Amino acid sequence: MRFLIIPGVLLLCCRVGLVLAEVSYFSVRVAEPYIELHTGPGRGYPVFYVADRGELLDVLMRRTDWFRVRTAGGKEGWVKREAMELTLTPEGEPTQFADADLGDFSRRRWEAGVLGGDFEGADVLSVYAGYAMTPIFSAELSMSQVFGDYSDALIASVDLVAQPFPEWRVSPFFSLGSGIIYTDPNVTLVDENDRTEPIGNVGVGLRCYLTRRFLLRAEYRNYVIFQDKDDNQEIDGWKAGFAFFF
Amino acid sequence: MESRFRIFLLRTACVAVAAILSQGCSLLQTSDTEYTDQEPVITPDLERRTITEADIDSEDFEAGIFVGVMSVEDFGSNVVYGARAAYHISEDFFTEAAIGRTDTDETSYETLSGGAQILSGSDRQLTYYNISLGYNLLPGEAFIGGSHAFNSALYIIAGVGNTEFANDSHFTVNVGAGYRFLLNDWIALHLDFRDHIFDSDLLGSDKTTHNLEGTGGVTVFF
Repeated sequence: MRFLIIPGVLLLCCRVGLVLAEVSYFSVRVAEPYIELHTGPGRGYPVFYVADRGELLDVLMRRTDWFRVRTAGGKEGWVKREAMELTLTPEGEPTQFADADLGDFSRRRWEAGVLGGDFEGADVLSVYAGYAMTPIFSAELSMSQVFGDYSDALIASVDLVAQPFPEWRVSPFFSLGSGIIYTDPNVTLVDENDRTEPIGNVGVGLRCYLTRRFLLRAEYRNYVIFQDKDDNQEIDGWKAGFAFFF
Repeated sequence: MESRFRIFLLRTACVAVAAILSQGCSLLQTSDTEYTDQEPVITPDLERRTITEADIDSEDFEAGIFVGVMSVEDFGSNVVYGARAAYHISEDFFTEAAIGRTDTDETSYETLSGGAQILSGSDRQLTYYNISLGYNLLPGEAFIGGSHAFNSALYIIAGVGNTEFANDSHFTVNVGAGYRFLLNDWIALHLDFRDHIFDSDLLGSDKTTHNLEGTGGVTVFF
């Protein structure tokens, strides 16, 4: 009985494999007099085959704005998006591809990005992620690394960001947040200990919708480090970078 | 006489049938005109369908590992290894995040002096991470023999990041170029040369160091 189980399992695996291999592809029908198939996903790759009007093409995959298609005769090549949009679906409707646009930018839920800039003369590098609770208000979590001449620092911050005009392509925002700063003095300096202190910030910035799921972001922030000493330290910082949303 | 009567009957029947038929036709016609004033019986219920990302397998992400040699200024050349992930924004541009690690040797001074050590144990290890923007400068095809063609691209890339070395973080700019060779639609081989530039004051005065790295790697698109 036992030696029947192993071939049985193998056979089952094969069956599963066969089922998985039978992928049904989305297909389009050529509506223009012809459609050009390129050898690669780029404008410079040569056209090696031309499919005629009425031919049905299986769409195998997409890379950026190029689609890999297979003709009924088994020819596989790349078709650019503009040409694909002139084809018809099997139902006879014009083919349209959904892509993120300005409307999706206004309605975005999640946003994440990378920013670089200046933190009172020192270089700073930040990564952040945000969630929009309403079109106007969002909560953001950011981690920044500061590379100073005398010390390095790591800042973790939670911010509330208000964007009064979410539907604008270039949209200003205001932020208010607090967190902690971990300061690590450089080893070459003596008598300085690592320290962790609370930090608060207010900021103003701009988001600019770029294309697809990308945006540019620039911001200025005024930080206050609540030090153990009597007086607090105020720091000006600016950052710029890019982000994507989904 | 009888035949004449038959003809009469036939004629009457013909007239009756013609009358009934014409009546029927006019009835049908009136019913047609009645319908044209109303809504069409069948309304085409076709919604214009937009093809979403779920319909077509979109393969714009690329991830993989690499290994090579990295020369850390004053600290010798050693094996470097790491991982990279990229997102292809368009046929021209892509963004890449990478992380790498290498060990470093003793400086010439340390070797010659015999016992002096500038760095201890784990401080000798260098770890970097960066985020870069790449541009496919020379996309093309490579031919092996007469019947095999492979898509490839020579790209230039630059970015910023952090280098952890000698118990210190260094803001690092990286610039370089690479060659991507696609074995098929989803497996790619990489050759990559990068200069990691950061300021270091480890050997006294502040100076800009150039740390050259050459790696080979493999990535998959998904």
